[in-house]
Amino acid sequence: MGKKKEKKEINEKVDVEAVEIEDDTWWWLTHKGIGATFLCISVFALLVRVAVSLHPYSGAGSPPKFGDYEAQRHWMEITLNLPVLEWYRNSTGNDLSYWGLDYPPLTAYQSYFHGLFLRFFDPDSVSLFTSRGYETYVGKLLMRWTVLSSDTLIFFPAIFYFAFVYHSSCHSSRKNDCAWHIAMLLLNPCLILIDHGHFQYNCISLGLTVAAIAAILSQRELLASCLFTLALSHKQMSVYYAPAFFSHLLGKCLRRKNPIHGVAKLGLTVLGTFTVVWWPYLHSTDALLGVLSRLAPFERGIYEDYVANFWCTSSVIIKWKRLFSVHSLKFISLTATVLTCLPSMVQQVMAPSSRGFLYGLLNSSFAFYLFSFQVHEKSILLPLLPASLLALEERRPFKWLMFYGLFSMFPLLCRDKLVLPYFALHALFMLLYHAPCGHGGRPRNARPNNTKFDYFDSFKTFMNGFIYLSSFILHIVYLTMHPPEKFPYLFEAIIMLICFYQFALLAFYTNVKQWSLLEHSTTEEEKKLI
Amino acid sequence: MESSSSTRQLLWFFAIAVCVKLLLIPAYHSTDFEVHRHWLALTHSLPLSNWYADETSPWTLDYPPFFACFERFLSIFAHYIDPQIVDLHNGLNYRANSAIYFLRISVILSDLWLLYGVCRLTKNADVKRRNLIWVLIVWSPALVMVDHLHFQYNGFLLGWLLLSISFLQEGKDLMGGFLFAVLLCFKHLFAVAAPVYFVYLLRHYCWKGLFRGFSRLSVLGAVVVAVFAAAYGPFLYHGQIQQVFNRMFPFGRGLCHAYWAPNFWVFYIILDKVFSFFLKKFGFSIQIPAASFTGGLVGDSSPFAVLPKISPSTTLIMVLLALSPCFIKAWTNPQPRMVARWIAYAYTCGFLFGWHVHEKASLHFVIPLAIVAVQSLEDAKHYFMLSIVSCYSLFPLLYEGQEYPIKVLLLLLHSILMWLGFSTKFTRASAPNTMVTAKKKGAQSKSIESSSPAAEKGGFTIGWVGKSYLLGLLLVEIWGQFLHPYLLGDKFPFVPLMLISTYCAFGIMYSWIWQLRWIISTT
Repeated sequence: MGKKKEKKEINEKVDVEAVEIEDDTWWWLTHKGIGATFLCISVFALLVRVAVSLHPYSGAGSPPKFGDYEAQRHWMEITLNLPVLEWYRNSTGNDLSYWGLDYPPLTAYQSYFHGLFLRFFDPDSVSLFTSRGYETYVGKLLMRWTVLSSDTLIFFPAIFYFAFVYHSSCHSSRKNDCAWHIAMLLLNPCLILIDHGHFQYNCISLGLTVAAIAAILSQRELLASCLFTLALSHKQMSVYYAPAFFSHLLGKCLRRKNPIHGVAKLGLTVLGTFTVVWWPYLHSTDALLGVLSRLAPFERGIYEDYVANFWCTSSVIIKWKRLFSVHSLKFISLTATVLTCLPSMVQQVMAPSSRGFLYGLLNSSFAFYLFSFQVHEKSILLPLLPASLLALEERRPFKWLMFYGLFSMFPLLCRDKLVLPYFALHALFMLLYHAPCGHGGRPRNARPNNTKFDYFDSFKTFMNGFIYLSSFILHIVYLTMHPPEKFPYLFEAIIMLICFYQFALLAFYTNVKQWSLLEHSTTEEEKKLI
Repeated sequence: MESSSSTRQLLWFFAIAVCVKLLLIPAYHSTDFEVHRHWLALTHSLPLSNWYADETSPWTLDYPPFFACFERFLSIFAHYIDPQIVDLHNGLNYRANSAIYFLRISVILSDLWLLYGVCRLTKNADVKRRNLIWVLIVWSPALVMVDHLHFQYNGFLLGWLLLSISFLQEGKDLMGGFLFAVLLCFKHLFAVAAPVYFVYLLRHYCWKGLFRGFSRLSVLGAVVVAVFAAAYGPFLYHGQIQQVFNRMFPFGRGLCHAYWAPNFWVFYIILDKVFSFFLKKFGFSIQIPAASFTGGLVGDSSPFAVLPKISPSTTLIMVLLALSPCFIKAWTNPQPRMVARWIAYAYTCGFLFGWHVHEKASLHFVIPLAIVAVQSLEDAKHYFMLSIVSCYSLFPLLYEGQEYPIKVLLLLLHSILMWLGFSTKFTRASAPNTMVTAKKKGAQSKSIESSSPAAEKGGFTIGWVGKSYLLGLLLVEIWGQFLHPYLLGDKFPFVPLMLISTYCAFGIMYSWIWQLRWIISTT
C-alpha cells in the first residue's frame, strides 16, 4: 500500500482517477511481482507459439528442395549419422549442394541433440538419405516441439533475466510498464512467425544475445562475453551485434585502472569459449577453413530476393552485380558497414553506458542490415531485438519498426502460406501495444530532450498517414492482384522501397539519439541505469 | 464516458481472444464440424418441411428449429463464399479451406453474442470484478476447447443464457423469461433449468395478488407460447411435429456417452462392476451383460450385472429431487441476486444425474458460475476448483498430439490467471479499496464488505485437500499420457479415460454439494 501512495505522489500531475482505473485494469496481473507476471505472460506467449506452429512451414510439400524446415531436418540427419569432421565437408554421405550445413558448430550440435530426440520417437525422420523430404504429421510435430523447447529453455529465461535486471535497476518503472515490456519482448510477431511458422531456431542465438545483454547490464562482463560468443557460434548473423559489444566493453575497460588487464580477461574468455565450441575443427587449418568457407557463402551474391537494404533497393537504379566483381563488392559493402557502425562505436568507446549500449546494439545491427553483404529478409529480426529491449523508451519507433519489419517479410510469409498467422499476430501485437490504460501512444515518458527532434516528429506525422495507408493497400493488392507480366516482382519491389525508406529513417534517428546521450552528464546516466 | 471505455476494454479482451482463435483455425476439429456443415447444406437446399425428415447424412438435424434457422441464416453467406459448402450431396465431408475458414469464423463471430451477454451482465459491476469476470468468461479455456477446437456454437447459446440472467438480475422477469424460451428453441438441452425458471418466475413475477397475478401469468404464458409457436408452428403446419420431436429426443441412446461424462453414473457403473466382481468371487453366478452403457436400445437388456437398471424416467426423478431444495428456496425467498446460482445449480444437477450427458454440458454451469465467482472468497475457492476440474474433464475431446500442448497451456494459463486474479482480489487491504469502489458504485459495496473479513483470515488459499486433489489430477494425466502407454502398452485402452472421468466426477460432486450447501444456507 505504501508503494501505491508513493506512486500517487509521483504522478501528481496525472489525473488521480486515471491512475486508479489504470491500476485497476491490470492490478491483479502485476501485484504479485515480476515473477508471477512473467509466468503468466510467458504461458500466453507459449500458447501463441504453439498455435502458430499448427500452420504450414516453409517449403511444405514442395519438392525437390523444400525449405528451411527440410534444411534443419537434413542437418539433424547429417549430424546424427556422420562423424563430426564430415559435417561441413562434401563426402559420399554428405552432399553439400542439398542444404549443406552453413551455420557454425553450435547449430550443428543443437541439430545433433534434436536429431537424437527425433530418432527416439520417429527413427525414419532422420535416417540417412531415405529421410529426404520427410513430411509426416508426427515428423512435423516433433520438429515443431524442438523449436518450442529451445524457445522455452533459452529465449524465455534470457528475457526473464533481462526484464529482471532492467526493471530492478529502472527507477521509475511502474509494474504495468514492466508487464507491458515483457509482453512486447515475448510476443514479438516477427520472431514467432519466423521460428514457429517459417521454421528456424533464431530463438537460440537471440536468446543467448539477450542473456549476454542482461549480463552486461548487471555488470557481469565475463559472462556476457562468453554468452555472446556462444550466440556467435550458433548463428554467424549475431555478428551484427559484435561492434556494439566490442565498443561497449572496450570503452568500459579503458575507464578502469588497468585497461590491458580487463581487455585480456575478456579476450581470453572469448577465445576460450570459441576453442571449446570449435574444438573438433581446430586440429587442422583445412578443417577450420572448410567450416569458415561454409559460413560465408559469398557466391550467393550481395543480395537475394527483395530485401529492404541499401544494395537491393539501390539496384533498381545501379546494377551493382553487373558493375562490380564479387570481390570488390565485398570490400565496398564491408567499408559501408563499418562506416555506418562507426559513429555508434565511437560514442560507446567515449562514454559507455547501459542505455547507450542498447542504442549501440540497435545501430550496429541496423548498419549491418542495411549495408552488409548477403542480407536476408529475416535479418530484420536482429535490429528488432534491441528495439524491443528499448521499447519502453522508444515506444513509437519500436512500433514503427515492428510494423515495417513485419511488412518487409510479408512476401516471404505469403510464400510460406502464413498469411493468417501474419495478420493474427500483427493484430495481437497492436492490441497488446495499445493495451487498455497501458501506453498506446500516450507520451507519458516525453522527455525534455525530445523537443530537439521536433522537426523529426512533424515530418513523421506528415508522411506517416500516407505510408501507413499505402502499406495497408499494398497488403490487399499483394494478396488479391497479379502483377503485370513485364514486372513479376513489382509489388515486392514497392514493399522493399517503402520498408527501406523507413528503416533508413529509423537508423538515422537512433544514431542521432545515441549521440544525444553524450550531452547528458555521464555520471547521471550511470546513476539512472544501473 | 466510463461505460464506453469499459466497452472498449471488453472489446480488447475479446479481440485478444479472437487473435488466438484465428490462429487455432487449422487445428483438429471433431465430426461436429461435418455435422454443422451438413446442417448448413440441409437448411440451405431443402424446404422447411423436409429439414427434420432428411436422411442424406447420418448427421441428421437434432437441434430445435431456431438453431436450424440460425444455420439457414449462416448458409446464405456460406453460399457466397463457396457454394460447395452448402451442397447437400457434393458437400458431404467437404473439408476445403474455404469451408473450414467459414465455419470457424462463424463460431468466432457468433461469440459476439456471448460478449453482449457478458457486457450487459457486468455493466454495473465495479472495475475489478468486471475485469475478472471478463477473464473468466471471454478467455474461458473450456469454451475455446469446445467451440473453437472441437467445434460447436456454445458461446453463442450461452450468450442467450447470460442475457436472460442479466435481465432477471435487474428484475425484468418477463424479458428474462422470454430470452430463456428463445434459448430453449435454440438448444433443448438447456431445458434442465426450466423448472427453476418456472418456480422463480411464478413466485417473483406472477405472485402479486389474484387479479394482477393472473394477468401477469397470462402475459408470461402468452410470451412463452408465442416463442414456441414461432419455433414449432411451421412444423406443426407441415405435419412434421412428431418427426421433429423424434429427432430432438433420441432416447435410444445409452445412459452414458461414449466417453463417460464425469457424473454420478460413473460411480454407479463402477459400484456395479465391484459388486459383480466380489459376488463372483464368492461363488454367485453373475451374468456379465453384453450390452454396454453407452449405446444400445433401452429396454432390451440391462447393462448392469447386479444393480437395477436405470431408465430415463429414473434420471428425471433424480434430477428433480436434487433440484427440490432449490425450488423451496426460490419459492420462499425469490431474490434476483440468487438467480445465477440457482440456474447454475440446476445445470449441475442435470449434468450429474441426467440421461446421456455429454461432458461438454459442464459449460452450462461453469460459465454462469463465473458471474458469482468473484463475489466472495468462498465462491472464488469453489470456482477455482470447479473450473479446473471441468476444463480438465474436456481433455479427452482433443486426443491428437498436435493439440496436446494447446489444451495443457490453455488450462495452465487459465489457472494462473484465476490464481492471480482471485488472490489479488481477496488479499489486497480492502479499506481504501472499498472507499474508492463505494464512491463509484454504492450498490456494490456489500460484497466488498463481505470479502474483507475473509481477507483478514489469510485470503485466497487452497487447503491441503484441494492441493492434493489438484496434484492427483496431475498424476492422473501423467498416468494416462505417459505411464500407461509405457507400462501397459495397448492393453486396457479405456483405463486412462475411465480414470479421468472418475477422478473428475469427484470434483464435480464436490461442486454440487458445495452449491447445494450454499443454496440451503443462504437466506
